[in-house]
Parts: sequence; C-alpha cells; structure tokens
Amino acid sequence: MSTNESILEVTDLRTSFFTEGGEVKAVDGVTFDVPAGKTLGIVGESGSGKSITAMSILQLISHPGKIKGGEIKFRGKNLLDLTEKEMRKIRGNQISMIFQEPMTSLNPTYTVGQQIRESYKIHQGLGKKEGSKRAIEMLKLVGIPSPEKRLDQYPFELSGGMRQRVMIAMALACKPDLLIADEPTTALDVTIQAQILELIKELQDELGMSVVMITHDLGVVAETCDYVAVMYCGKVVEYADVRTLFKNPRHPYTVGLLKSLPRSDRDQEELTPIKGTVPSPDEMPVGCRFAPRCPFATDLCHEKLPSLDDVGDGEQIRCWIYTDEWNGDPGVKVYEPERTTES
Amino acid sequence: MSQKELLKVKNLKQYFPIKGGILGRTVNNVKAVDDISFTVHEGETVSVVGESGCGKSTTGRAILRLDNPTDGTVEFDGINLLDLNKKEMRKMRKDMQIIFQDPYASLNPRQTVRETLREAMAIQGVVPKEERADRIAELLETVGLQPYHADRYPHEFSGGQRQRIGIARALSVDPKLIVCDEAVSALDVSIQAQVLNLLKKFQKEMNLTYLFISHDLGVVRHISDRVIVMYLGKIVEVGDKKSIFENPQHPYTKALLSAIPVPDPDHDKDRIFLQGDVPSPIDPPTGCRFHTRCPFATERCKEETPELRSTGYMAEGHQGACHYMELIESGEHQPTRETSKVRQLSEEPERV
Amino acid sequence: MTTYIIRRLFQLIPVLFGVTLLVFLLMHLTPGNPAQLIAGETASQSTIERIEVSMGLDDPLPVQYVNFVTDVAQLDFGYSYRNNTPVFDEIKPRFWVTMELAIYSTILSIFIGLIAGIVSAVRQYSVRDVTIMIIALFGMSMPNFWLGLMLMNWFSIQLGWFPPTGWGSVEQIVLPVITLGTAGAAVIARMTRSSMLDVISQDYIRTARAKGVHEQIVIYRHALKNALIPVVTVVGLQFGTLLAGTVLTETVFSINGLGRLVIDSIMARDFPVVQACILIISVIFVVVNLIVDISYTLLNKRIDMD
Repeated sequence: MSTNESILEVTDLRTSFFTEGGEVKAVDGVTFDVPAGKTLGIVGESGSGKSITAMSILQLISHPGKIKGGEIKFRGKNLLDLTEKEMRKIRGNQISMIFQEPMTSLNPTYTVGQQIRESYKIHQGLGKKEGSKRAIEMLKLVGIPSPEKRLDQYPFELSGGMRQRVMIAMALACKPDLLIADEPTTALDVTIQAQILELIKELQDELGMSVVMITHDLGVVAETCDYVAVMYCGKVVEYADVRTLFKNPRHPYTVGLLKSLPRSDRDQEELTPIKGTVPSPDEMPVGCRFAPRCPFATDLCHEKLPSLDDVGDGEQIRCWIYTDEWNGDPGVKVYEPERTTES
Repeated sequence: MSQKELLKVKNLKQYFPIKGGILGRTVNNVKAVDDISFTVHEGETVSVVGESGCGKSTTGRAILRLDNPTDGTVEFDGINLLDLNKKEMRKMRKDMQIIFQDPYASLNPRQTVRETLREAMAIQGVVPKEERADRIAELLETVGLQPYHADRYPHEFSGGQRQRIGIARALSVDPKLIVCDEAVSALDVSIQAQVLNLLKKFQKEMNLTYLFISHDLGVVRHISDRVIVMYLGKIVEVGDKKSIFENPQHPYTKALLSAIPVPDPDHDKDRIFLQGDVPSPIDPPTGCRFHTRCPFATERCKEETPELRSTGYMAEGHQGACHYMELIESGEHQPTRETSKVRQLSEEPERV
Repeated sequence: MTTYIIRRLFQLIPVLFGVTLLVFLLMHLTPGNPAQLIAGETASQSTIERIEVSMGLDDPLPVQYVNFVTDVAQLDFGYSYRNNTPVFDEIKPRFWVTMELAIYSTILSIFIGLIAGIVSAVRQYSVRDVTIMIIALFGMSMPNFWLGLMLMNWFSIQLGWFPPTGWGSVEQIVLPVITLGTAGAAVIARMTRSSMLDVISQDYIRTARAKGVHEQIVIYRHALKNALIPVVTVVGLQFGTLLAGTVLTETVFSINGLGRLVIDSIMARDFPVVQACILIISVIFVVVNLIVDISYTLLNKRIDMD
C-alpha cells in the first residue's frame, strides 16, 4: 500500500439495517487504509454505502442500523472494542466529522459561539471565557471575518458557505488527527465549493491531519485526494492512488463512471453511460454486484463474488478479469484512454 | 439548426414583493430577474448557468408564465405570451413543456404512468383518443422504459426512471420548446449520462429546442450550443459554447469556470477564489452587481452598470457585461484584489 | 422583536372588537326584554320604560354598544340582575379560583406531558413507549367530568384520601387539577413525542453526537429546545380547551369558580354576569395565545419577526 504508516485501517467492516423487508447490507465487507497525513477519497453513487461507512467509523449508526462486524483500527486500536464512554472521547476530539448540509447541520437554537464552545467544554473542560477565546481563534483560522461578532450569531444569520466554515471550525476545535468530510461541498455553489475544498486542504497541511473525503464527485476526488476507494453496492471495488485511478482505471465500474462524466474542461462527442441501474437491496446479485451492468461480465462474474485483491503498486481490485480464474477474452481492454481535444 | 427565432425574451423582469412592517405592506422586492434579454433559435440548446440566487430557474418559470413576470416581453413563435389570457396561454403550453429537477415531486403519486401521460395528452388534445394507447407505448419505449411500466405508480421507479417519465410526459404533447430546470442534477452520473444522451437523441429526431437551466458546467458544456451566464438576476456573459468555455471574458465567468473541480489529477489549477458569498438580491449592489466580489473592480464598477457588449477579443455573438473586458485581456487592467487566498475575506454585508 | 410585539398588539384590536360585539349582541338577540326581567313578570309598562331609560336601553344599538365598550374598559360590567350587586365584585373572587385551577392544571399537564413525551420518543416502539401512548390515548378520550366522578369515587369516597368537594386547601386542589389537567397532559405528551422524533432525526443532532456530546445532553439540550417549539403552540391552544373544561370540573367538585358562575347565571338569565364571564374568558384566551406566540418567536430564532 503506501510507505506511510496508516492512521486508520478498516477491515471487513459490515453495517446492516434491519427493516421490515429484512436485512439491508449497506456496508458489506469494506476494507481500506488511510495513510497518515494523507487524504483518502471514498467515491461512489447513491446507495454505494459510502456515507454509512463514514458514520460507522464514528459509530454514529442508530437504530435500525447496526455494525455487524469487522475492525476499525485507529492508531492501532480497534474502535469497535471501545465502550460508548471511551468512544465519546474520540468523537470530536481525535476524529471529527463534517457533513453535507451546512444549512441543517448546526443547531438552529444555539449561537455559533455556544456550539463551538461545547467542544472545548466536553473534551478540554474549558469554561465560557477560555472557550470563547479559542472559538474566536478557530473562526479566524477558517477565514471568517469579524469572528467576535459571529460568536453571538445564530446559524440562520450566516450564508451556506459561512456555515460550512463554522462546521469546520467546530470539527477542528480540538485539533483532531482525522477529519471525515461527508460530501462537504455538495450543497454549496461551485465558487464556494472551491473555497471550502482549498480551506480543508490548507488546514490539513497546517494541522497535519489525515482526511477521509466522502464524495460522489470525481472532480473533487481528483483535486483533493491522495488515495481513492471506489465503492459500489456496499463494497470497495477499486483502491488506488489518485493518479493511477484516473490515468489507468482498471475496474469496469470505475471506467464506466469516468466515461459517463460530462467534462467541463474539454469537448466530448458522446457520453458512454453504464447501462441499467443500481440493483435494489432485495435483488442483490449473488456474484459480482456489478455483473448485471458490466460490459465484460461472464458466467463466472454472475455466479461468484470476486475478492478485493492486491494487483501490485498498492492497488487493489475486486474483479475477475485481473485473476487467474478469468475465463473471458484474455486480451480484454477495460480502459482505453479517449482521444480528446484538450482545451 | 435553423435561424428561426423561436423564443425572444426582452427586458424581462421578475420581482417578488417582500411584506413587512407593522401593517404588512410591501417594503421591498426580491429582484430575482432584473431586465434580461436573449433569443433562442429553433432546434438549439441554450443553457442558463449561474449559482443559487442568480435567477436562472426564475427565468425558466417566468417564460412559461408559471410566475407572472413583472415586466418585459416573452415572444414565442411571434406571439407575446405575456399578453395572453389564461385560456390562450393554456393552448400555448402544448408547445412549451418543462422538466423539473425532482421528478418525484412533479408526478402525481396517485396516478399510474399511463394515467399521467393520457391526462397530458387529453388536456392538450393533440393526440386523438383512439391513438393514445399506442402513443403511450411508443413514448415509453422511446425513453427506454418497458410497456408494462405504464401501469405502475411513480414510487415504484428509481430516480432515473422517474426522470424518463417526466421526459415522456413532456414529449407526449409534441412540444417545440422544453425548459429543463436542473433536469439531471439529482441523478447519479451513470444515470445522468443515459438521460443526457436521450435528450440529445430526441432533439435530433424531433427538432426540439431546449432551454437548459443548470448549475453543473460539465453537463452544460456537453449539451449546449449557446450559454448564458447569469449573476444576481442579470446576464453577465452570453455566447456560443466554445467562446464561453474556452475564451471567457467576464471576470465572473472566469472565476466560475476556474472553480469547477476537474476529474484529472494533473489538471493545471489556476484558481480564482472569489471573496465571500453572493449578496442578497433584495438590495443588490449598485453598478455592476459583481463588483463586491470581482477581482478587477474599481470605483467605476460601483457606479456604472455595464451593458452587454462585444470586444475585439470576442467571436460573433459573444457578449459580456463588464467595463474592463478588453483591458483585462490585454493586461492593461490588473486585479485590484487578492484572488489566490481563501482566508482573506472582506467584510460581507449583513444578511437579514 | 418590538415591532413584532407591537404588530401583534394591533392585531388584538379586531379580535377584541369581535369579541365585545358578539357578547353585546348575545344579550340583545336573546328573547326576553332585560328591563322586563329586572322589573319582574307583573311590572307595569311605565316601570319597564323607566328601567329601560335608566339603563340606556332606549338608545340606538350602536350608541348602546359604544357605552357598553366604554364601561367594560373601566371594568364596569353593570349590575347582576339576581343580586343587584356590581358584576365585577361578583366575579372577582371566583375569577381567581378559576385561574388557580387553570394554571395548576396547565403546569401539571406540561410537566407530565413533556416527561412522558420525551421518554416515549427516546425509545420509539419500546414497551415503555407503547404503554405511555396507550395511556395518553385514554387520557385524551376520557370526558373530564367522568374522570372527575371516578377520581372522586375512588380517592374520596372509597379511600377517603381527599375531600370530594370545595377549593382552597392542598387536599382539595389535587383531584380537580388532575381531572382538568389529564387531557392536556395527554395531548402534550403526544405532541412532544412526535416533535422529539422529528428533531432526533435532524442533521444537527448527528452533529452533536459526532462532537462527542453525551446522549443525555443531546436529548435534553440539543433536541428538547427545538422540539419545544411546536409544543408551545399546543400548550396555548390547550389552554382554551382547559378554560372550557373548568365549567364541568367546577360543577363536579362544587368549586365556586367562574365556570360554575356562568352555568348558574345562564340558568337565572343573569345576562350581565354571563356577558362579563364570557368576555373575561375570551380576553384571557387571546392574551395567553399572544404570550405563546411571543415565546414561540423567542424560542425559534428563525421566525422572521418583522
């Protein structure tokens, strides 16, 4: 994998939701590493389980969801072995999280100051005065003008971009080692998105944090991440460093995503969509989850689930094509770089 | 693409009153769309892009008279829609359809797909009764659904399928113009590509005209012939796709394009960070509305409202609304503000 | 905020106008001449006319209405037909009894309702939740006079713990307050539960948990304050129902309050007293709802107060 040591190692994580219709395996054996000081992107479409994975790391899954098994090793110790009390000391202190909707992720009935101070109170036992001082420092750090005034404002008085900055200030208040950002810019306008992504990157360098970036946007991945895990139907299908993933994608799903993407930086003649739709939980294929939509699928793919295997250079693929058992066209080319007119 | 002007919007204004005070009178207006003019030719796709609050969706709604515009004219096929009474307008709606972002919210949950399509055809009376069943089957096939889907309810479909139903409904009355209001924004990329391809195919086959409203510039680049960039209710730049994406002249368009994350780790990032957020459209900035965030703003921008115009650096039909376009391009006018830092924010106006 | 309060106060004017007009017309639309009523069945025409003149009953209706409002504004509600005492003196002691009953009952229903609602919501669909909601359903559906009679039967007559009638001592207060407060408690419990369930699934609750906030603080600090917003409205509306309920409760427990006075006065066709009671109850209701609306905006920072 990487030469760096990992700050977070997730192994065979399984999280299910138990509904009237039966068990829905939202996260179904997810494995990945987050190298220290780096950014791992988890990318996937809706229903891939990427957000549930993030929530599982902090054990924020509530009824009827349940973490069924696996291991979440944070700096060497398995978080799933901790008590709820021990886990509370990790949340917001060593591992923090920011969310997709800055408009609704702050409590509307408390001021910005009250909400940031709470972190200091819980984790460092600071009182109002010291807490306010630190809160002002944090607001300055995330580039909020006149922070003293903002402290007494309510979330509704701030714009979306400002709220996401407040969320970041709150998340970073205790200088965590790991920040999990769950679609942090999806709800924001593109010029604001650029500010927030840059801000996260700068703060990461300054504070030496590691980041897990959950997103559906391959552009965001290319710009912010060092490593990428591509998820489909609750499983990681490809794990690679960001250059390899974009320059030489190997899993047919990754390739399909890239080919479906309308680009703003160059002209494309035609988009090549992935056929069909994501299977619903009650009709999950038994073999490779992607087989029904995969242009290369053989009987083997429909019958047996491939495992996530190392293919060298720290890359991992869950696909029969890259195994000895592959019984389809031996010379199959999953990805051919498009000839494009670069702008 | 013909040169026939299908839609001609002139000086369109859409204000929404704000009530307030002790007596609840109109104290101010949200100037959602403030004096815009543009033309759409038959068979082309014109995109309206911009960030939230720029008035792009309001423009689409005003053209179809889903809201009643405050002022201006909207000529469709030579007829000013704003002069029509309700009955006449209803007839015109046959030629002008809209597809919304959330297909679920725009489909009646208690109607099967067949009922929805049949109702659309019956209201407009374009398809004779006895042909409707065949037409429905044909439509569903065209949008890539199966005939048995006709008797299902909206909740039984996925997001992408529902959007296809929305398209089928729009197509069912043989329209000339379809306004696509963020029509693919809610869809995952793999499904989005399917729907985009479908829209392109129909355009070719049925000579449809699209007014495509979107915030996603990748999608816009893919589908458009021409692009209109809006900011706070005004058009800041308009031109063919190539001009806008490869030779943007307005500082806002430049910043907007530079802000899009590109799915290529080797992409050369020369990002322009705009300061703060979009101001409120209730009391928009004087002069050029972009001056509060523009890297090149001067005193003149605060006072004089720039009009759309062309410069020597622009191709035919490419226009921008900025006092300094040619001077910026020639390098004679330099930035007046820092644009490389995200934490050097000027004081933004209070939001109330 | 000040603008909001001023605007709300202005809005009271048409409401109060409507209330006074209705109450005034009530007297004039009911069959029977008030002067005749005072003078008695056998009085002569001239006596009746004299009384009419002295009471201003011969003036045109609008003039009478203006006089009526002017008097009411000075707390002059006229004289009771029955006792010929100023209505104000008649009402005053009873008014406080009813207010005590209403306030204690409201406090009880808020207290019980909130606790039950929160406990239910925190463990949705648990045995505890289902039990509380079944009890709440009973509490809402039970007519309060029946509940009063049952309570009286068990606790006063069978067990002898509380006196069956009267008002004043702590023992006397318990049963009527339970009788009157139960329905409100049930309504508030149901509202609190659904409001809490709604709030608990909000993004900011997830944020609080992700910050490492203790679950109890998540519930009682982060969730409750937001969940209270719709509950406050229900409390205001409930107060109106409660005022109506005092009539029955006071009758069952023979409490000399406003409610019973209304009933007695209606029976005796003592219109000035009825009028004054209805007027006072209406004004209380309007004022309570004004207070509710103001506290609503204080709780909910997002409401546009202008």
